[in-house]
Amino acid sequence: MDISIRNVRKEFDRYPALHDVSLDIRSGELIALLGPSGSGKTTLLRLIAGLEYPSEGAIYFGDEDASDRSVGERNVGFVFQHYALFKHMTIGANIAFGLKVRPHDRRPPRVEIARKVSELLNLVHLPGLERRFPSQLSGGQRQRVALARALAIEPRVLLLDEPFGALDAQVRRDLRRWLREVHDQTGHTTVFVTHDQEEALELADRVVVMSQGRIEQIGSADDVYDRPSSPFVFSFIGESSELPVSVRGGQVFYGDAALSVTANSGIEGTARLFLRPHDIEIVHDGDGAIAGKVTASHRDGGLRRLDVVTSGGHRIEVTLPAAQCPDIAGDVYLSPSRGQVYPAGADGKAG
Amino acid sequence: MAASINTLRLRQPSVIPGFGLALGLTLTYLLLIVLIPIGALIMRSSALGWSDFLKLVLDPRVVASLKTSFGCSLLAAAVNIVFGPLLAWVLVRYRFPGRTIVDAMIDLPFALPTAVAGIALTTLYAPNEWFGPVLEKVGIKIAFAPAGIVVALVFIGLPFVVRTVQPVLADLENELEEAAATLGANRLQTVLHVILPPLVPAILTGFALALARAIGEYGSVIFIAGNLPFVSEIAPLLIVVRLEEFNYAAATGIATVMLVISFAMLLIINLLQAWSRRRLGYGG
Repeated sequence: MDISIRNVRKEFDRYPALHDVSLDIRSGELIALLGPSGSGKTTLLRLIAGLEYPSEGAIYFGDEDASDRSVGERNVGFVFQHYALFKHMTIGANIAFGLKVRPHDRRPPRVEIARKVSELLNLVHLPGLERRFPSQLSGGQRQRVALARALAIEPRVLLLDEPFGALDAQVRRDLRRWLREVHDQTGHTTVFVTHDQEEALELADRVVVMSQGRIEQIGSADDVYDRPSSPFVFSFIGESSELPVSVRGGQVFYGDAALSVTANSGIEGTARLFLRPHDIEIVHDGDGAIAGKVTASHRDGGLRRLDVVTSGGHRIEVTLPAAQCPDIAGDVYLSPSRGQVYPAGADGKAG
Repeated sequence: MAASINTLRLRQPSVIPGFGLALGLTLTYLLLIVLIPIGALIMRSSALGWSDFLKLVLDPRVVASLKTSFGCSLLAAAVNIVFGPLLAWVLVRYRFPGRTIVDAMIDLPFALPTAVAGIALTTLYAPNEWFGPVLEKVGIKIAFAPAGIVVALVFIGLPFVVRTVQPVLADLENELEEAAATLGANRLQTVLHVILPPLVPAILTGFALALARAIGEYGSVIFIAGNLPFVSEIAPLLIVVRLEEFNYAAATGIATVMLVISFAMLLIINLLQAWSRRRLGYGG
């Protein structure tokens, strides 16, 4: 099911939560809505589900305008961060709920429902747990039951709100891989909300980066990491350092040093240079390099992380292969091999 | 060393200290406050002897008053478990002007001297007062009839149900309703299958409290009931009548029967409640 969000605006008590958001989701795609809290990602998900209604704009399911459809009519599977399982029902009854509440003419026969429940429990790797109660399961198991319950109604689209947010790191990693498998098996159009960039980059076909009620960038993991469209995306995704620079005729200067990175055409005068810690080299020569002093150095797996304060007083983080430079201290020269220059006026900073 | 390790531990170490002390205090307190007075009551009524006791209990006027008392109390508690949760729902779910005032009003029946409540209700429902004549025209008689007893008992029992259901309802996550809605359930199905079941233990507790209060109620009822023997005479009133006749044995006899029936009913409700909690997966 293709989903098209067209110029949607949403206000809560006249406080805008989403400004003019447009997004096209292709059938069968796995999409991540990524952003810090307050970025509007959950609001967007709830608008797609029909748990909220847009103040302006429209949401299309295929060719049909679903904006005024109630949540029940939209036939979406929704998975909540805190599972929202019905505690007084067994796992089997939870999963069967969506089928049992159907009107008589569309309700499958009992045997059919029982078969479907056990099939779904197999899919979520919890076979034979029909008669348990939610309180008897672990967090990860409950979330899988919640997903089975959402899948039972054969939804047109599957929506997950921070599905792994309440779980610990190991379980998260397992469930992430497993969700990808389920998606590949069932082929549902899936949208999930997360504030965990690792989760978004690993899992999604496309990542939608959001900030302050707006979409900052839509793209693959490579797009948003290597070609961030704004200072916000650069600093929100992955690690980064920022330097104030000036651009004169396409040449980027930090103080007097002419750096080897290039600016996009059209940028002139004061600007902001964003660097990844692994795109910076230590060089011996001061020519075209940034002079600085190592203030801290520590080992992180196969890497060594250096904190460098430049002569201009700016902090830069550098990572190097640990074997390459056993111990670097004191004065160094840094040469960025890649970086992104944004005009000074461009707003946005992660946080 | 070895000997000390092998010493038999009489007391299991526990993180929650003072079990023995706490249980001892609780039982002593219960004994002083509840069990000794009840024991005295039963002893007093045993002065009757078995055959006299049976004769007293099977006396038609006593039987009628017991029926009135328990019947009206059950009916009133039943009315309250319909409207109490509804009130609690409105107070928890909606924000409207004057909500805190309504919330405070719920407790009034707790605070009001019951005689005042009885006089107020009688003033409303008596045949020559406000509602009385109107209701009489459509053939309903409230004051000086069993219906009046039920009205008074509904009044005094309401806060028990509202106050037991309210916090449970407030704790119920909104997400449960949203989940039901995304799964295609309509409002009625959501209320019946998702919201009500978790409230059942609280509603049962409210029912038991309202019922217990109603059975023991005296002050408000005697004003509105009319107190006609065989029609609208409640058992507590009959006890007072017997006391005024200095017939202490008969009074304590009726009291003992009330005690036994009340205890049996409360026990059944508690068992039902434990069962419903287990069904909810609270683990007993």
